[in-house]
Amino acid sequence: MRDLMAITARPEVISLAGGLPDTATFPPRTFAAQMTKIAQESSAQALQYGPTEGFEETKDCILEVMGAEGMLPDPDDVLVTTGGQQAIDLVAKSLIDPGDVVVCEAPTYPGAVPVFCSYEAEVIQVATDEDGMRVDELEALLERLRGEGRRPKFIYSIPTFQNPGGMTLSLERRRRLVELARHHEVLIAEDNPYGLLRYGGEPLPPLYHLDGGDYVIYLGTFSKILSPGIRLGWAVAPPPVMEKMVLGKQAADLCTSTLTQYFVREYFAERRWLEYVGSLIDIYRARRNAMVEALERFFPPDASWTVPEGGLFVWATLPPYIDTTDLLAKALREDVAFVPGAAAFIDGSSGSHSMRLNFSASDEDVLREGVRRIGRVIDEQMTLFQTITGEHPVPRPPAHADEEAEQAPNVLPLRRRAEG
Amino acid sequence: MKVAVLKGGRSLERGVSLRSGARVEDALEALGHDVLPVDAGADLVAVLTAEKPDAAFVALHGPGGEDGTVQELLEILRIPYTGPGVAACVRCMDKVLAKHEMRAAGIPTPDFVAFNDTAFREFGAAQALGEIERTLGVPLIVKPARGGSSLGVKLVASADEVPEALVSAFSYDDRVLLERRIEGRELAASVLGEDALPIVEAIPKGDAFDFEARYEIGRTEYHCPAELDADVAAAVQEVALATFRALGCSGFARVDLILAADGPQVLEVNAIPGLTDTSLLPMAAEAAGMRFEQLVERMLELATERPLTAPLA
Repeated sequence: MRDLMAITARPEVISLAGGLPDTATFPPRTFAAQMTKIAQESSAQALQYGPTEGFEETKDCILEVMGAEGMLPDPDDVLVTTGGQQAIDLVAKSLIDPGDVVVCEAPTYPGAVPVFCSYEAEVIQVATDEDGMRVDELEALLERLRGEGRRPKFIYSIPTFQNPGGMTLSLERRRRLVELARHHEVLIAEDNPYGLLRYGGEPLPPLYHLDGGDYVIYLGTFSKILSPGIRLGWAVAPPPVMEKMVLGKQAADLCTSTLTQYFVREYFAERRWLEYVGSLIDIYRARRNAMVEALERFFPPDASWTVPEGGLFVWATLPPYIDTTDLLAKALREDVAFVPGAAAFIDGSSGSHSMRLNFSASDEDVLREGVRRIGRVIDEQMTLFQTITGEHPVPRPPAHADEEAEQAPNVLPLRRRAEG
Repeated sequence: MKVAVLKGGRSLERGVSLRSGARVEDALEALGHDVLPVDAGADLVAVLTAEKPDAAFVALHGPGGEDGTVQELLEILRIPYTGPGVAACVRCMDKVLAKHEMRAAGIPTPDFVAFNDTAFREFGAAQALGEIERTLGVPLIVKPARGGSSLGVKLVASADEVPEALVSAFSYDDRVLLERRIEGRELAASVLGEDALPIVEAIPKGDAFDFEARYEIGRTEYHCPAELDADVAAAVQEVALATFRALGCSGFARVDLILAADGPQVLEVNAIPGLTDTSLLPMAAEAAGMRFEQLVERMLELATERPLTAPLA
């Protein structure tokens, strides 16, 4: 699958496969002004090494971001990292001994599993539904492991606007999850890259807030609210874990980029970061809506998908006879790409009828065209399956059919943003 | 010598091809050649026309690069190229065609039937599936006729899984084949020039039909030379050479077989086998005492010895 993904990078491919925020929304002038100011006022310092833990000023910015979701950690518990990915790596590096159990959601962030595996963890996935992780199944798992004299090193969870599933852990389950961690004395690594990107519904307290930071290690990032290119993330952990993470960080890269920490400091000093997040929310909400509308129009009636209240992804599930890895091969011939669901599962076979679709990186026209193309290859697969088995398709609601017949000839050649 | 290394392309095996190409480039440079790396795209003919290389090293995999298309262009441009010629590439790429050729030449290959999607769409081939399943038995293998690296290949354990597997295989090609599952040892017998190289045995860990297992270190164990009795090894190499000749190959190729209880059965021939650091042909060459550079030099030599076949004005 890694090889299939290698060809999604062709420029003519509409990629709904990435997890990219739209950095074209960040005003170049603001960027230029801040970088100029840094060059003029703090050139020597900005070009120098910095402390391994990160600058106090960066931590102030982090406290602001966490404060916006109701959290108030002790700055001494904060470690500035090179992106959220390094935060995941440092947690794994600090905690995992070969053979240790790490629990995560099914599906989970495909970029986390290789990290846990590289430290030779045994990764166990717990099922999810529309309210996030099945905490009852987690409880059963913890009990079973306890019977075997084992205890997971930590539970990795993306409770809010999950990647790739798009769902959010309900308040009741959040409370229960934190209780379970306490009861079983198991750490939780709460990964929250998208929490502030909410397009609807009521905000829910992060696990870190509910637990007070005793059993929850919090992982955050500026990637989705500002820029992934600056590679700036963070971890908040209790002192014994933090000490190990700092040592790990020192070994990995001594310190996080000083230059980008200066950039964030300057940017936050303008006091407009929440306004920018607000503008992202408006843009991404419209894109999510466009994607969901396109799915309703172009995907078969027996497909289903999450309608996320935030974040960057929709998780769509197709009829069980369609393998999305094979579908991707066909979709690439139509110059459109997505992430096959199997990538988000350890066993490589679950999730083979699902796909992750990103809506943040493309504008509405591109999203519609991408979904239309995927819909077309799905239709071809379904027709073929029905021809082979003699089964008949679930008929499309007539309103949709009419609309499509009317509008299909009007589908315009894709307008590429680079030209516009 | 100025050598163009053709790699990448649009095929699904682009990633593997880039790795093969990069390794070949390093070897050619070490050998003192003037290397021209070419990511095969819309400007391929323009680049080759402008640069006029003395030879082309074809490190492309899958449709376009391995099916005779690029080979035909190289013939027209009169650039000698590595690997089999046009006709052999056409035969090797299409497993159905290859199996018919093997049958005609008396080379053992597992029983099979092949369909294109028209058979289902227009002629009601679905009605014949029951009969096919009875003839071939289950489990059986479903695979696209043209496709590489086991993409779209499914092991079907029971008849009711056949339609889903067909849909998967049709994602890669408009023709698919259903093949009898032969139990046995998985062997790869490579041919270089006129010679059979030592045999490689693949011992997969877990799922035997997995694209990633083939290219990721540690997912499959390889033994070379395979532990075989001398007479069995000789018989396997003889079948590989016979297959190579029957399909009209020249230069090199890799013949994949199953060693069943009653002897070898040929599955397919790879006209442009992988040349990555986990690939089987380089492994076989190494077992024969050839370093990778020597292998690359020999491939190039075979390319320049072979006459071009395109008509002259």
